[in-house]
Amino acid sequence: MTSRIDTTGVRMGMWFFLYSEIILFGGLFVLYAVYFHNHSHYFAEGGKELNRIIGSLNTVVLLVSSFTVAASITAIQREKKGQAVGLLLFSLLCGFVFLVNKYFEWGTKIHHDIYPNSATLQDGAPGLNIFFGLYYVITGLHGLHVIIGMILLTISLVLILRGRITASRFAMLENSGLYWHLVDLIWIFVFPLFYLVL
Amino acid sequence: MVIMSSDLQDGIMTETQSFFETPSPRGLTGVKAWLLTHDHKRLGLMYMWAILFWFVVAMILGLLMRTELMSQGRTIMGPEVYNSMFTLHGVIMIFLFAIPAIPAIFGNFFLPIQLGTDDVFFPRLNLFSWYLFMFGGLFAIFSLFFGGGFPDTGWTFYVPFSVSTKGNVSLTVTAAFILGMSSMLTGLNFVTTFHRMRHKDMALMQIPLFTWSLYATAWVQILATPVISITFVLVMMERFLAIGLFEPDKGGDPLLYQHLFWMYSHPAVYIMILPGMGVISEIIPVFSRKSIFGYKAIVISSMAIAIAGSLVWAHHMYTSGMSDVSVFVFSLLTFIVAVPSAVKVFSWVSTMYKGSIQMSPPLFLSLCFIYLFTVGGLTGLVLGAAGTDIHVHDTHFVVAHFHFVMLGGTGFAFFAALHYWWPKMFGVMYRFRPAYIGAVSAALGFVFHFVPMLILGLQGMPRRYYDYLPRYETGNFLAGFGAYLLVAGVLVMFVNLLLSLRNPRTAPSNPWGGTTLEWSIPSPPPMENFIEPPVIKGFPYDFSEIVARSQQDGR
Repeated sequence: MTSRIDTTGVRMGMWFFLYSEIILFGGLFVLYAVYFHNHSHYFAEGGKELNRIIGSLNTVVLLVSSFTVAASITAIQREKKGQAVGLLLFSLLCGFVFLVNKYFEWGTKIHHDIYPNSATLQDGAPGLNIFFGLYYVITGLHGLHVIIGMILLTISLVLILRGRITASRFAMLENSGLYWHLVDLIWIFVFPLFYLVL
Repeated sequence: MVIMSSDLQDGIMTETQSFFETPSPRGLTGVKAWLLTHDHKRLGLMYMWAILFWFVVAMILGLLMRTELMSQGRTIMGPEVYNSMFTLHGVIMIFLFAIPAIPAIFGNFFLPIQLGTDDVFFPRLNLFSWYLFMFGGLFAIFSLFFGGGFPDTGWTFYVPFSVSTKGNVSLTVTAAFILGMSSMLTGLNFVTTFHRMRHKDMALMQIPLFTWSLYATAWVQILATPVISITFVLVMMERFLAIGLFEPDKGGDPLLYQHLFWMYSHPAVYIMILPGMGVISEIIPVFSRKSIFGYKAIVISSMAIAIAGSLVWAHHMYTSGMSDVSVFVFSLLTFIVAVPSAVKVFSWVSTMYKGSIQMSPPLFLSLCFIYLFTVGGLTGLVLGAAGTDIHVHDTHFVVAHFHFVMLGGTGFAFFAALHYWWPKMFGVMYRFRPAYIGAVSAALGFVFHFVPMLILGLQGMPRRYYDYLPRYETGNFLAGFGAYLLVAGVLVMFVNLLLSLRNPRTAPSNPWGGTTLEWSIPSPPPMENFIEPPVIKGFPYDFSEIVARSQQDGR
């Protein structure tokens, strides 16, 4: 079994998995669509309370990290190990920055008594409660995916350092990269839905 | 016993070591050779023992419920226990039996062989799926004993009750979540194997129908399972954080939960039935000694069921208060999905027409399948039509309907598959007489059990009630009687199969005269399935060789 590595097959398996992840978030987007239809006015109001600057910053951070992950795959294909390691480290740093931003964002909201089942949301308009409920669920689940993606990238990093990922055998790095792009892709949808909602 | 004399010549082949003697990866011994194995055949068997255990447990739970209903008032349990029991029965039967049974056992064992390859594409992922499955089962057991006891919500976990009940819903939905992961990863593995590991000479229209049905199933597993995963995550969040996503006074909509739930759970019934249909498509031609009628139509109908079946979920919700337009659309789509199922039934019957039919336990069970599944399908149309559904919604009629499909269909296909592939998996032949007795008693018991329930439902007896009005007593007593006959029959079949394991491994490589690749290799199969490179037939159900051989033998 080990003598034959079918990289196309491995990649296919990964794509199927990514597809299932998209549907996982798809279920939440269905909820968003329906509740946006029901409470569009409050969704706009809620969106204004989110910090667009931090949101945009996070978008840029994730986009840049996606690029550096892709670049690290190219680097490993060109047998530039040091470059690949550096690029991966930078991507991990971006992921970390994203999480720190998220932490402060959530922290401020919680400080203002806006979190699931808080008194402000309980007594306020139902539409706002749903907006922030979805905000916490979706960004929370996305944050979890960021962490998983960072773990995958770290594993790839260790494997590169140990010489297990090479120019001829980089499926693991490629799949971690694909996962990271997925994390990025989902954010590209999450960002406008919450921060730029009209 | 049907043994073709020419198979005796294959005796040389059976001398090669079976997968029971050769662990994979090599060097593992004892329990480790099983618990750390990458071999798809060993994993199939490991799934089998676990699933048989769960099936018997849930069957006995069902029997206890039926016993409770045999006479009016409290018989052997109180209402709370009854509620937990039908929930547990449903959860086990759905998530631990019907969904994994055929794909995880027979799919794992035979999909790679039928494709002419040595294993699935991701063997280690396959092992991981098995651990997820066992882990999910353990969680279900834990939830019985921790916290508020087992949930009393029914397997559907409808909000708002599932959020407010004291029962241990969180742990149970976690179990279902993990089991869903396991099923999804198995599907992913099968699709990749189908595309990347298939023998080079095997074109799409040369693939056996069982494998085709697994392929269609695997797509539904990949595409639908994440929806239930996220739904269960939301139920847990509601329980822990009280966000209010499904609570009207907090701006939520409880109907959305039902939509999300059935978006998976309706396609899931096709995850359960499609592999069963694949089994029947294998068995019918073999015992009719005749090529399957409408091979392409069956392939296309499998894929059509997978697609159309994903678009009919809201027919579970006609009385929930959704708009009339949705009721109309989903009713129409439901009728459309009946067409490909009927195509299959007609193809099986046409295959037998003018065939040279040889009766055997697997064929007998397949015939039971066709009969019971047809009743299940037709009563499904009664429920799919919005008008009649209003009358029988949430009654015993619904319960009887889905048992005709799930037990009469998937269950009997599972029994048929056990009897069909048992000699191949273990290299032993079982006794026919007890198998027939068990099958007849199970089928008769089934009819006695569920036909009265159809009638009770039409008379208005609601489902999930632990007590009833005096006029429903006769029907409930008959159903209980049928349940005992059914369970006895199933146990006779199982015990007969288990006893056969004491026999010497003398089953020939092709006891039934099958034409697909698994019958060209020794029983039980050797470690990497094929000793010599497999020869791919132009058409998988070409019986000319088998018929010619038996004519030569002077039959």
